Amino acid sequence: MAEERFEPKIVAFLCNWCSYRAADLAGTARIKYQPNVRMIRVMCSGRVDPTFVLKALALGADGVMIAGCHPGECHYLEQNYKAMRRFSMLKHSLRALGLEEDRVRLQWASAAEGAQLAEAINEMIDQVRALGPLNWPGNWSEDVDAAIERITEEHAEAMEVPA
Amino acid sequence: MTEKVGVYICHCGSNIAGVVDVEEVAKWAGESLEGVTVSREYKFMCSSLGQELIEDDIKNEGLTRVVVAACSPHLHEKTFRRACANAGLNPYLCQMASIREQVSWVVEDKELATEKAKAMIAGAVNRVQLHEELEPSLVPVNPNTLVVGGGIAGIQASLELADAGYPVYLVEREPSIGGHMAQFDKTFPTLDCAACILTPKMSDVGAHPNINLLSYSEVEEVSGYVGNFSVRIKKKAKYVDEEKCTGCGICIEKCPKKVIDDVFEAGMGYRKSIYRPFPQAVPNIPVIDTESCTYFERGKCKACQIFCPTEAIDFEQQDSYLDVDVGNIILATGYDLFDCKAMPQYGYGRLANVFTSLEFERMCNASGPTEGKIVLRDGVTEPESVLIVHCVGSRDENHNRYCSAICCMSALKFGHLVVEKTNAEVTSCYIDMRTNQKGYEEFYERLLEEGMNFIRGKVAEVTDAARFPGEEDKLIVQVEDTLLGIQRRIPVDMVVLMAALEPRADAREVGLQFGIACSMEGWFTERHPKLDPVATMTDGIFIAGVAQGPKDIPAVVAQGAAAAARVQGMITKGTVEIEPVVATINEEMCSGCRICNTLCPFNAIEYLEDKEVSYINSVLCKGCGTCVAACPAQAISGAHFSNEQIFAEIEGLLYDVISGNGAKAPQVEREPIPA
Repeated sequence: MAEERFEPKIVAFLCNWCSYRAADLAGTARIKYQPNVRMIRVMCSGRVDPTFVLKALALGADGVMIAGCHPGECHYLEQNYKAMRRFSMLKHSLRALGLEEDRVRLQWASAAEGAQLAEAINEMIDQVRALGPLNWPGNWSEDVDAAIERITEEHAEAMEVPA
Repeated sequence: MTEKVGVYICHCGSNIAGVVDVEEVAKWAGESLEGVTVSREYKFMCSSLGQELIEDDIKNEGLTRVVVAACSPHLHEKTFRRACANAGLNPYLCQMASIREQVSWVVEDKELATEKAKAMIAGAVNRVQLHEELEPSLVPVNPNTLVVGGGIAGIQASLELADAGYPVYLVEREPSIGGHMAQFDKTFPTLDCAACILTPKMSDVGAHPNINLLSYSEVEEVSGYVGNFSVRIKKKAKYVDEEKCTGCGICIEKCPKKVIDDVFEAGMGYRKSIYRPFPQAVPNIPVIDTESCTYFERGKCKACQIFCPTEAIDFEQQDSYLDVDVGNIILATGYDLFDCKAMPQYGYGRLANVFTSLEFERMCNASGPTEGKIVLRDGVTEPESVLIVHCVGSRDENHNRYCSAICCMSALKFGHLVVEKTNAEVTSCYIDMRTNQKGYEEFYERLLEEGMNFIRGKVAEVTDAARFPGEEDKLIVQVEDTLLGIQRRIPVDMVVLMAALEPRADAREVGLQFGIACSMEGWFTERHPKLDPVATMTDGIFIAGVAQGPKDIPAVVAQGAAAAARVQGMITKGTVEIEPVVATINEEMCSGCRICNTLCPFNAIEYLEDKEVSYINSVLCKGCGTCVAACPAQAISGAHFSNEQIFAEIEGLLYDVISGNGAKAPQVEREPIPA
């Protein structure tokens, strides 16, 4: 029997005005995409606090997508630029944590781009599937307290000035 | 958790139930989701019986939260919120899970769809328990309306509103209202003269006490929200004092400078440097085109000023600005014509006797450059044969994929005019004949009887390179006759290109200015393609006419009237509910760092110097939540999209992952935010 294919879980934050409507349009147009993505509506991509992304990954998501209106087309004028700036900061931090580039994605999708959003979702799912499970919770699954203690110790050791 | 959650799963006929195992999902939600006390599935939740189900459970089972798993919240969130409110539950304690648009319509595998639906519902159930009661605020609706664009759509909308007794500001970019329709000669299929039916409406607009007509003006700035927009209108300098000018036209007569009129005459005729686009212009006040005016070029001339009997010419006039407050806005900005030079194979711009549809339209018009005579570019020779090319720039994957909707009928109208006015043979090369409105098919039959020739095939090329006898000095049209299955070369004297209708070149900028979206092509996007065709996603902004998509005059007029009716509804109601989804700052937690101050594009956040904290003005706040995400002290909370609510939703969405990995991420306990 063939090995069971890894099915990643992606959390997507969609802005209410463009991307959520793009998802609506993909639905209305019956455009099929892989079911591995689960969506959360936010009013604007600018609402996405980096901790949302970290939270999703920490709970076991294998990737996170943030989708908003195209630059210059934000319902709130320019808040997607703020999402963009925040995203590059977040990506920088995630890189430091050893996270692969493809696991977080900022996607522009206008209300007319149902097909494009579906395509981007499919592409991302395939990329994350190729990367395999992230399994952040596995890092602390056995004993949370012990894990935190270990990390604290490691940190203290690293910070110690050699005699 | 002390909340009692009711979960309702809609079958949506077979739309959802055909893919998602709704019975299984309902059973699962009732058994395994914390807080759920009632879980039901029903054929159509949005029906009155479905809504009653919710209302009864709120009353009898004491539900404190409601989750409806059905279509997109953009479709029925209001419906279910209303149902909750009917039963005495605050409407914001209801949450929808979009298991149709995001699950059953996009997932093929039934098992996977059911699994995804469960996750979406788990997210909603988790989140809804943290919802708070919210009250929308009521704001008054200003009875004034701004109409942008003075074509037939804008004219109709303005008149409907003005006749109902409401003030209208009608802004038109050109010196006169009338739009494209004023350029036409006849209108299909009745062959009414366009000017005869349009100009009375135009003068009604000009004379109406409730319409403030701002011609030669553009909207500079829009701010505010439904019911209360502030608009800055730029009135371009006309160099003619509107109060003094009587519209006698002596200035135009005396102006020595003639230039080609690229706008109204589509390059076919001339106008003076001081001009009005056409004799019946409304308002009848001329404007000076500074680019060609001799005085503005060389500082000399002033012929117009010298001869003006009322001293209305004012070379010192400047652009002026008018600030108006309106409650609603109707955008009827119309269309641009496809640039036929983008299809060089048809020779427009290179071969003299290839005309665009608009040029031909002007030529047929009795007050046009040729006084209604159909002649070749030399201005005198009557053609012996005319060929009309359909779908130039429409239904063409190299240009626009859409059908421009009006060209088939326009082509038939042109065919009739050629038959009526000349002895020429007229041929149409079409891909499909689209004559699907009242009286259209009959008009097609009439043209068949009048002897117009029809060839089914897309024209490949128009050339002047003669190869065979009889082709000398002719335009040769190369086309595959797909009904006969042969290639044909047709020598003709004149070719008319039925150019596509395209969105205005600045449609996207205009959309952005008013906060509405455009389709991929650039047409303004309506709230719902079938059920809400003139409203937009932005409350208080309506659209009408071709700016929304190609359509013929009757449809444009219907949309103009529809938009006006919608606005009247808003004005008559008098107040509008403003979503309570706004951000607030907890003063006790705010450190006064002012990071949020610069993030708000609506200037809703101010810094209170005395308290050393920031403050959000809830009337100006639009609820985007960017400041909420940015606050380093987490002092800002976004109503209905709080961190806690979103965290809860993430946990719900990943319920199966979390139970699979057997662990929860370490939770940092945070002090609850004091109320």
